[in-house]
Amino acid sequence: MYEGIVQELIDELGRLPGIGPKSAQRIAFHILQTESFDVSRLASVLVEVREKVRFCEICGNVTQEVTCSICRDPRRDATSICVVEEAKDVVAIERTREFKGFYHVLGGAISPIDGIGPDNLRIRQLMTRLADNTVQEVIIATDPNLEGEATATYLTRLLSSLEIKVTRLASGLPVGGDLEYADEVTLGRAFEGRRTVS
Amino acid sequence: MPVYRDEGVVLRTQKLGEADRIVTLLTRSHGKIRAVAKGVRRTASKFGARLEPFMVADVQIYEGRSLDIISQAESLGSYGANIVDDYPRYTAASVMVETADKVTESEGSPQQYLLLVGALRSLSRNEHAPSLTLDSYLLRALSMAGWAPSIDFCAKCGTEGIHGSFVVQLGGMLCEKCAPVGAARIDAATVDLLDALLRGDWDRAEAHTAVTLSRGSGIISAYAQYHLERGLRSMEHVAR
Repeated sequence: MYEGIVQELIDELGRLPGIGPKSAQRIAFHILQTESFDVSRLASVLVEVREKVRFCEICGNVTQEVTCSICRDPRRDATSICVVEEAKDVVAIERTREFKGFYHVLGGAISPIDGIGPDNLRIRQLMTRLADNTVQEVIIATDPNLEGEATATYLTRLLSSLEIKVTRLASGLPVGGDLEYADEVTLGRAFEGRRTVS
Repeated sequence: MPVYRDEGVVLRTQKLGEADRIVTLLTRSHGKIRAVAKGVRRTASKFGARLEPFMVADVQIYEGRSLDIISQAESLGSYGANIVDDYPRYTAASVMVETADKVTESEGSPQQYLLLVGALRSLSRNEHAPSLTLDSYLLRALSMAGWAPSIDFCAKCGTEGIHGSFVVQLGGMLCEKCAPVGAARIDAATVDLLDALLRGDWDRAEAHTAVTLSRGSGIISAYAQYHLERGLRSMEHVAR
């Protein structure tokens, strides 16, 4: 145990995800000992991020304004919406530069065992966005794990009543990997979603 | 480092650190175990897909200091894909694994393991209605854990016969003399349904009307929630 405020700093750092007691101690001493480390800047950014950042009223992405920069961009294609679980997924898809439409962040996936049902996600807001018939395609890009697939199944069933094309991201072999190391579930999916090349 | 091998069904997974997961498995001979699967959240993971909930896998595990570590996993039954294809099946399976997690809190048994695998297999093959499979599983899992409801005798005085009241808190059917004032009445058809589900007599269970099936589900879910003390979080999301 360290004295007073040093221990308090270690305890507070240790509450962050992925930081154990040893890492917390190392970061605390880095802050204490490194003169070039600008503490006031870190402190002001932390305060600012809590005060200014909120969720986009349209898509649920993180933003500093009422709506996010993607929803404000008039050059984007209004006929397609990509549904993702978290704001982090928006960034991942944006990095591909493949998708030019809008996003909708659900805020998680359906997981009854964790007490998360469809009502706890931003599904109602999605349905409202689809009501004006502008959107022609909904791309479901939830995680390819069990909860993500279940959410996709639920959304597909819900959207089948509307006259909108519903697509799901393909899953299969990772680029640069070896076929022999692929597990049977992934390989099976890759077979299922194979495409014609000639 | 001691290594052991067993087959198990994945009950739930929790994220750990950057790319790892803690996997809770109900195994055939080692009871319930919590083990770390390293790097399974990365897209290039060799066994990530084999350690999703509802999957049955042959796992090789070595004992760690606090948590064990899964070093290999081979799939024995991948029921997950068929189960998530249908929302009612997914919610039913979620309640099943949560129940299995709770009833094996202190120790698991091969019977509990086989019952869960059987129920998940049946769900994935769509052999019976998801809610009926769930009801039968709940009754049988609770019975194995020592909370069998009394069906053909009074839970209090032991008088044999089919009685008219079912009290969840007292453990099943009660005779006229033992039933507290205002105890919920139960009709003969529902009693027959409960008995059929407990014995796994599907023909008899499926012959009942929708009203009886829904009454049975209500009683069974109340019975399970009461006896598992902290209740089942997934129960309220079941799509029947």
